Amino acid sequence: MSSTLTQPPATIPPKREITTKPRFSDKVFRGVVTTGGLSSLVILGLILIFLLFNGYNTLKTQGLHFLTTSNWSAAVNDAGQIDTKNSHFGIAAMLIGTMVVAVIAVVVGVPISVGAAIYLTFYAPEAIKKIMVSAIDLMAAFPSVLFGLWGFFVLEASSEYWAKLLNKFFSWIPIFKLPAPYVTRSPFIAGLVLAVMIIPIVTSISREIFSQTPLDRMQAAYALGGTRFAMLRAVAFPYARSGIVGGIMLGLGRAMGETVAVYTVLNIVYQVNWHILFSAGGNVASMILLKFGEASPYEIKALMAAGLVLFILTLIVNSLANLIVSRTGKSGR
Amino acid sequence: MTIESEDNQGDEMETTASKGSLSDIAAARLQKQPGNSALGVGLEARGVHAWFGEKHALANVSLDFWPGTVTALIGPSGCGKSTFLRTLNRMHEFIPTAAMAGEVLLNGEDIYAAGVDVTKIRLKVGMVFQKPNPFPSMTIAENVLAGLKLAQLKTENKDDLLEECLERAGLWAEVKDRLNTHGGALSGGQQQRLCIARALAVRPQVLLMDEPCSALDPGSTLRIEETISQLSSSVTIVIVTHNMQQAARVSDYTAFFLSDGGPGQMIEVGSTNEIFSRPKDERTENYVTGRFG
Repeated sequence: MSSTLTQPPATIPPKREITTKPRFSDKVFRGVVTTGGLSSLVILGLILIFLLFNGYNTLKTQGLHFLTTSNWSAAVNDAGQIDTKNSHFGIAAMLIGTMVVAVIAVVVGVPISVGAAIYLTFYAPEAIKKIMVSAIDLMAAFPSVLFGLWGFFVLEASSEYWAKLLNKFFSWIPIFKLPAPYVTRSPFIAGLVLAVMIIPIVTSISREIFSQTPLDRMQAAYALGGTRFAMLRAVAFPYARSGIVGGIMLGLGRAMGETVAVYTVLNIVYQVNWHILFSAGGNVASMILLKFGEASPYEIKALMAAGLVLFILTLIVNSLANLIVSRTGKSGR
Repeated sequence: MTIESEDNQGDEMETTASKGSLSDIAAARLQKQPGNSALGVGLEARGVHAWFGEKHALANVSLDFWPGTVTALIGPSGCGKSTFLRTLNRMHEFIPTAAMAGEVLLNGEDIYAAGVDVTKIRLKVGMVFQKPNPFPSMTIAENVLAGLKLAQLKTENKDDLLEECLERAGLWAEVKDRLNTHGGALSGGQQQRLCIARALAVRPQVLLMDEPCSALDPGSTLRIEETISQLSSSVTIVIVTHNMQQAARVSDYTAFFLSDGGPGQMIEVGSTNEIFSRPKDERTENYVTGRFG
């Protein structure tokens, strides 16, 4: 008998399939969450198909000019019909405008947000922390048109001074040059409004990630004679870096897609403008809003194509964000 | 810098004790005598109390740590020994509701006095934690030298310091070929020795160890105990441990802490040899003989 114990079995049995019989309630719940999980994907896919379907024609007739030119004219012939040959659609100015205002928003908004997150996590007394966290949450839920109105009536008046100051001292940097002395309704002001709008999301995400900084590492830093600032540099930042990058990308996504606030504040002009203080700009979303009301069916297709480009641009930014997070993420964890 | 006390209290040990008992282990170790040190005056706790919110966790502990000795703090869980340890380098106040009373004197000066820079205190009184906690974003070398960066200290030769600290922590031979790899790839015991090396790099006068071996396997534990023995000539060590064998093996003095439901108190302190062979207090005897705890 003992020999059978030490000898390997003559034939290796096939691997068994390991199963379990789920309960009915479990099946129902599984169905519910699967539906929920897949629906967002389905909705996104349907929107993409819709945009592709409607925008395809414009993209085909306009070709690459759609991305490289800034002319937007829906020509109508004498008979009152659409003149497809003389209609030109190009969104280069809007695409660049989208990037410009979004980058301004990130450059201004992120330092404020990360600073606020650090203050709330490591410095603020409990009472102030509670008040500020609810204030920031409220800010996230604030309607964007109100930000736009505030930007138009309040921020614009006061930021005119700062715009002129920037121009006076930094006009040797090309983006701060002014081709003509018009500084109101500029990408700079739109960027500032967007910065205020992305502060809540970047702050909440950064705060969340900072608050998860492992206590034992923080204690190690303090026990080595580190000040709080030294601890932040050695422990909290390396730990939170990837999460903050993710938050920034979400903020960037919001800034790129923002419509009403930009529409309210910015002077939308179909011309590529790199001078952020100059009163001309636009972004794809606000252009769609501007044109949508009075567009002919043919022009609407062109707007769909613009929407498709914005969609793809956002997708690219998000993928880049994921790439950056996965590249930089490991070291601090 | 080395102080080797030749004074052996072993001749006082009870020869009737069975082989391998705690008192044997304690007696087999060279016990150090106070006052023969060039390491400064040392660390003294005077009537230390500690609270967490309303809970009185530690009552009236007065204890001297002689320079160049190893003192073990033993006692059952919740007796306040870790809390006491953390009052010694002001890590206690890291917990939001924590409070304390009494004095802790380092070289005769109260570390809780107004106007004292707490970061300077922690440089002189270093700490090794229960769970190894190297900085995962840093390499082994960067980890060892992290304290210099954190406290903005300057050193003339970083490579020498690096080697010296890793050598003293007993880790140099194992990591010298991979100093620029990340510390997270080391085993638990190696990580803990890395943390010891890191604590040594800022040249502390006192090293506090909060159950440094409780998360480690026996082999690593032994290795760290050897490290402690080697370090004790140049650094004053205070170690909290649940392992009485360990206390008997590594320490010169042992303090027994106990809580009877109220705040933790120090019941007895004496040379490790005494505490494990003929404790004065019955409760100490019950604990070290394994009758409770």
